Amino acid sequence: MTCEELLKALNDYVDGAELAEICEEFAQHLAGCNPCQVVVDNIRQTITLYRDGYPYEMPKRFEERLTQSLQSRWEEKFGTSTEYRFRPE
Amino acid sequence: MTGKAELGSQRPRESTEIELLHRAKNGDFHAFQSLISGLQPRVYGLAFRILHQSQDAEDVTQQTFMSLIEHLASFREESSVATWALKIATNHALKILRKRRTVTMVSMTDMTGEDNYSDVPHPEFIAPWSQTAEVIVARSEFRAELDEALRELDDKYRLVFVLRDIEELSVRETAEALDLTESTVKVRLLRARLALRERLTKKFGDAMQVMIPDHNHS
Repeated sequence: MTCEELLKALNDYVDGAELAEICEEFAQHLAGCNPCQVVVDNIRQTITLYRDGYPYEMPKRFEERLTQSLQSRWEEKFGTSTEYRFRPE
Repeated sequence: MTGKAELGSQRPRESTEIELLHRAKNGDFHAFQSLISGLQPRVYGLAFRILHQSQDAEDVTQQTFMSLIEHLASFREESSVATWALKIATNHALKILRKRRTVTMVSMTDMTGEDNYSDVPHPEFIAPWSQTAEVIVARSEFRAELDEALRELDDKYRLVFVLRDIEELSVRETAEALDLTESTVKVRLLRARLALRERLTKKFGDAMQVMIPDHNHS
């Protein structure tokens, strides 16, 4: 496997969904190529950074407005009773 | 953001979600509220990351949960409620993106030939990061840097990265949400990951350990 081929197979390797055969080739290449090792590690860190990173908080006023709007629409559609039985569309 | 572990149609769904869903389908608003309470900030975050504008993110969030109410009866429960909501939110966000552009279309058929692997840019600035992602996340001063890096991505790459890597939809779910083929999602995801890596490594890479790539060895 060359660096170029490694680049194309990178997603599957990083996502852990690669076939064992390609995975072995990938590991063999990484063992002898420091730059590729670092690139793979950088990409894993990048994903972790965004995935586990900073959540966006909804503005409080919007949250309250949203709840009110949803409740109004709910009551228009279903009424206020929790016993209302939904009719399939 | 541990709640994401329950996302995605391939993962087992909590029995409480199914129970809440059935109660909501029977008209119980409190059950509906419980079902969506953790989802609201996620949908807002998704919309904000795609649109970078709080008013638009609020509009998308409101439209999404209104859509959930409208279509609750016909929801076939083939995916989690979260996946369903995120797909609806993506659709609403895409409409806003399209309105912002008068000519270029977002995310659909690519006319520039960038949806293949032939000219995927090679990594240029290669260096191990001087801090781990966990340490960086703990320092709020880097937030603007991460937001800016994401904002600078082309829309079509950002959409795929947000759905697949941040919201953890599967490749198939991401493709369905964006009306793309799975192979296009994979190429765009690779381009997004490489572009963000390049940018963030310039910020967080250890300048003393920069490496020169040798693309010619086997």
